[in-house]
Parts: sequence; structure tokens; C-alpha cells
Amino acid sequence: MASNTDHLLAVEGLTVSFDGFRAVDDLSFYLDRGEIRVVIGPNGAGKTTVLDLICGRTQATAGSIRFEGAELTRMKEHQIVRAGVGRKFQTPSIYEDLTVFENLELSFPRGRSVFGALAFRRDSEVSGQVEEMARSMFLQDHLDRPAGILSHGQKQWLEIGMLLIQDPALLMLDEPVAGMSVSERAKTAELLRRIIQRRSVLVIEHDMGFVESIADKVMVLHQGRVISEGSIAHVKADRRVVDVYLGH
Amino acid sequence: MGVLNRKDLLFIGLLAALVLIVLPMALEPFRLNLVGKYLTYGFVALGLVLCWGDAGILSLGQGVFFGLGGYCMAMYLKLEASTPEATKIQSTPGIPDFMDWNQITELPLFWQPFHSLALTLIAIPLVPALLALVVGFAMFKRRVGGTYFAIITQAIAAILTILIIGQQGYTGGVNGITDLRTLHGWDIRTDHAHTVLYFVNAGLLIGCLLLGQYVRRSKLGRILVAMRDKEDRVRFSGYAVADFKIFVFCFAAALAGIGGAMFTLQVGFMSPSFVGIVPSIEMVIYCAVGGRTSLLGAIYGALAVNWARTTLSEAFPELWLLALGSLFILVVVAFPDGLAGIYRKTFDPMLDRLLPWLRRRPSVHGPAVLPAQPIASAE
Repeated sequence: MASNTDHLLAVEGLTVSFDGFRAVDDLSFYLDRGEIRVVIGPNGAGKTTVLDLICGRTQATAGSIRFEGAELTRMKEHQIVRAGVGRKFQTPSIYEDLTVFENLELSFPRGRSVFGALAFRRDSEVSGQVEEMARSMFLQDHLDRPAGILSHGQKQWLEIGMLLIQDPALLMLDEPVAGMSVSERAKTAELLRRIIQRRSVLVIEHDMGFVESIADKVMVLHQGRVISEGSIAHVKADRRVVDVYLGH
Repeated sequence: MGVLNRKDLLFIGLLAALVLIVLPMALEPFRLNLVGKYLTYGFVALGLVLCWGDAGILSLGQGVFFGLGGYCMAMYLKLEASTPEATKIQSTPGIPDFMDWNQITELPLFWQPFHSLALTLIAIPLVPALLALVVGFAMFKRRVGGTYFAIITQAIAAILTILIIGQQGYTGGVNGITDLRTLHGWDIRTDHAHTVLYFVNAGLLIGCLLLGQYVRRSKLGRILVAMRDKEDRVRFSGYAVADFKIFVFCFAAALAGIGGAMFTLQVGFMSPSFVGIVPSIEMVIYCAVGGRTSLLGAIYGALAVNWARTTLSEAFPELWLLALGSLFILVVVAFPDGLAGIYRKTFDPMLDRLLPWLRRRPSVHGPAVLPAQPIASAE
């Protein structure tokens, strides 16, 4: 087996218990560079908790998460972000009182310290990248609008844009197409295929049509453990997956 | 993106004209000195706009920082008034009178720096900011916020009051530090000195207003608003959220300290009655009445509430606390954005119609709107 350093992300023996309940139980998996991995599983399987553990929102009880050689379990949230891990939350998490431009600008990875933020100037590099990102997210006509008035789908895109402008090596998306219309889903799938060329993506999703359209590999979680992992065809044929999740 | 647009310039100009020209011409020295005292609370209210209005951190202990700034100034003035000649009837000449009364025979170490005017001027913003740094570090790094934070600041206000009153040999106790006479040899008790101090105070306040505006219009200002609404998103965009909270809390503390020092200079003494729980809550009310999302509003709030206090307590002294309480409830229930909110809803659109050239130029992506305004409702 290849050593861990060949993978972008190596999760080994990851465990977290909440008052004795093991939400994630001795979980191990490896994510390659440029790979899109979709995590599926029934409610309460621990999918969101896994993302929380990787981005530092939840502290692991045991185990290790290595990302490009750094041990994430010992780092603070903002350090993990700066190391190159971006996280999108399940419900759109954007700054409703600020404009679309400002939302993207705040996510631009410069001036992240207190005094850096005081001295930050909006130069052509920032404006250029923000406008380019808005175009990729189909938001170029909404730059001056408060983000609070965007539609649900547009808010989801905006948050994805806010992550991408940080240029993360690993992008984690929690149900990115939840609440989107059919055409928005198709557009999002196309968007994801376009943006992932240079990075790895870890996605939680329930919509199997969407999963089939983007996934390289699928990982099925149940009660905090991986019960099946592989191509979508492999997973769909797996008896245990059918039993606990996909149904007959 | 400029720090000030035309409308800001107009309204800051109006405030400057009011406090620097109209009031000094219209009021006799005694009343002008009172207005000067009200304006010192404007410094505290400015800090609260950034800390509470923008960043959502409610501090019920700003009186602590106001008091620390005020005491720093009072200690300097007291030492200057306690020359060996002036205090030769004491058993230990050359130390403040209240120390002598409390059988203290040597100036305590922490009083020593206040022999120097330069060190005093540095200490006025720095001592409050340092305390805010310690409190902020202990609270925000542990992610204590909201109501818990407000209660803790309240407790600190109570602790500091008890400490000052209890250690009367070192602090002057419940009477405070009184009988202050000169600032670097210049008598601060005359009408002329009061007028000069009034202008220094008003000028400093406008300076601090501009400084506050600079912070709000910087990216840091937008991060504060973003943090108030979606703290996790800010954290997961690579910002150390606690650092920003500590900064804004220290900034507000330093402003309050400057206000406190100007208060001591104009009123001529400093006592624990300006430090504790009640004055701290009153400071929050000034800010709420003026509008916690507007720097100018906060200054007008401090002026208006204090003016109402003087007028009402001259006529009906027992009614003042009731009136203040009712005012606060009215503001919270009916005008959550205070005077500034009323202005924005009714007068601002009118002004835009009457003076279209004032309207902000359609900026490319400008955050020309004050960040905390509920802009979404304008659509």
C-alpha cells in the first residue's frame, strides 16, 4: 500500500463519541488529488460529523486526519482553512446584509489578520477575481445586491464561490443541491465538474441522480462506519447498502 | 472606495458646526461645560456602535473603561495638586490628601507613572485597552459570548467599584479623587479653561468619529458585521474570529478611556459613581437611543439623553430613573434602530429627493451603505 503522503487526505481510526454515543466509529479513508468522493448514508450515519471533524468544528476523540502532511486534529479552524480546506454548510451560510461582491471579497484570501483587514485595499486583483468568480457562479448581474435577496439556489452558488475564491485544495460540500430546482441541479453538477479539475472534493448528497452525475467514488456510511466504498455501480450492487440506505 | 461620501461629509460637517459653533455661541459657560460633559459619553457610545451595533458584542461594563481613563487623568491632576508646599500640614507632605487621612506614608508604586504627563496621556487609552485585552482574551478565546459576556462585563463593573471603594487609601474611596486644580500648571477650574477644554473635547470626539468611520469602512468593519450574522462562516473563511472580537472590544475600551479622561478634566473630579453597573447600563442606553448602528446617532443619543436628564432632574428629580427606563423600553420596542433608524426611514429618502446631487454616486461595488443597515428591506 502506498504511504499516506501520496494522498491529499488520509483519515485513520477517526472516532468521536458524544456522551458515549459513537457518532463516528474508527473511520478510515483516503482521498486522492483531483478525486470527487460522495458520501451517502441514512440520517444519523455521521456524514456531517465527518466533515465537522475534518474542518475542526468538532474535536476528535481518537484517530488522525492528515492533510498534505499536516495533522488537522491539532489545528484551529482558521488554520485548517488557511492550509487549504474549504467547507460549505448544509444551509446556505452567507452574509445576508453584505452585497454579493462583499461576500466574495471577504472570502478572498488576503488581509485575514486584524491589522491586515484594517489595511486591506480593494485593488484590481481583488475586483478582477471577484468578478470572474461571480461569472462562474452565474451571479455577475447581482454583484451590487445584498446577498439576502438572492434565491435559494443562488445563495448556494454564492457560498460555493466564496469557498472557491480561497482556492482550497480540498473542498467539502454538505448537500450542495438540497432545495434546488432541476435546472439548478444540472447547472450545479456542470459547475462542480468544471471547478474540480485542480482540487479534491468531498460531497455529502442524497440526490442519487446528482451523485451519479458527479462522483468518481462513493462511500456509504452507516452508524459511523464505512459499510461500502467504490464506484457507483459497485455500491449500488452492494447488498448491505441496499438494506440500510437505498432500499429495495 | 472612499472613507467618506458626500452625505457623510455633510452630516459630520453639521455635527461639527453644532458642537463647535452653534452651542458655544448659544450657551453660557456653565451650560457649555455641561454639554462638554455629555459629549464625553459620546466617546463611549462611539465604541459601543462598533462593539455592540456592528460586532454584536454587548458590553454592560463600559463604565469600567470610562472610569479607568478618568482615574488615570485624575491621578495625574491629583499628584500635581499635592505638591509638598500645598500639603505641608499633612503628616506626610507631598502625597494626595486622602492617602494621608488613611495613614499611608508613601506614594504607592502604581501612582508613580502619573507624575509624568506623557505617561498619563499614554495610559489613558492604554490601561482600559489592556484590561479589555485580558478580559477579551479570556472570554472570546473560550467562545464565551452573548448574554454570558454581558453578565461578566457587568460583574467586572461591580468588582471594580467595590475595589475602588474598599481601597480608599489608594483610590480616594467612595468620594473619588477630588480637589483637582491644574493641568501641567494650567488652572482647569476657570470659565476660560472650561471653554478651552470644551473645544479640545469636541475636536477629539470628531477625530474619534472619523477614526471609527475609518475602521467601519475598512474590510475589518465588514468582517465585524459578517461575524455578527454568521460567525461560523467567518471562522471557516480563515479568520481567527476571537482576534477580531478582542480588537473591537479593546478599541471601544480605549475610546471610553479617552472620554473618561475628558470627563475628569471638565468636571474636576472622578469617583466610583461613574464606574459601576448603573452608569455602564446608561451608556448602553445612550447608544441604543441614538441608534446602535450609527456613529453620528450614538453621539446625538449621548447628547439628547444627558440633556433630558439634566432638564428633567432639575424639574422632577425623582422622575428621572423612571423616565430613563421608559425611554429604553420605548426604544427597544418601537425604534430598535433609535434616532438614526427614524432618520433613515423618514428623512433620508426625503433628502435624496430634495438634494439629488448628495446621493452617493453609483459606485462600482461600493459598500457605500453603512454595513449594518438592513439593506435587504430597502428592496
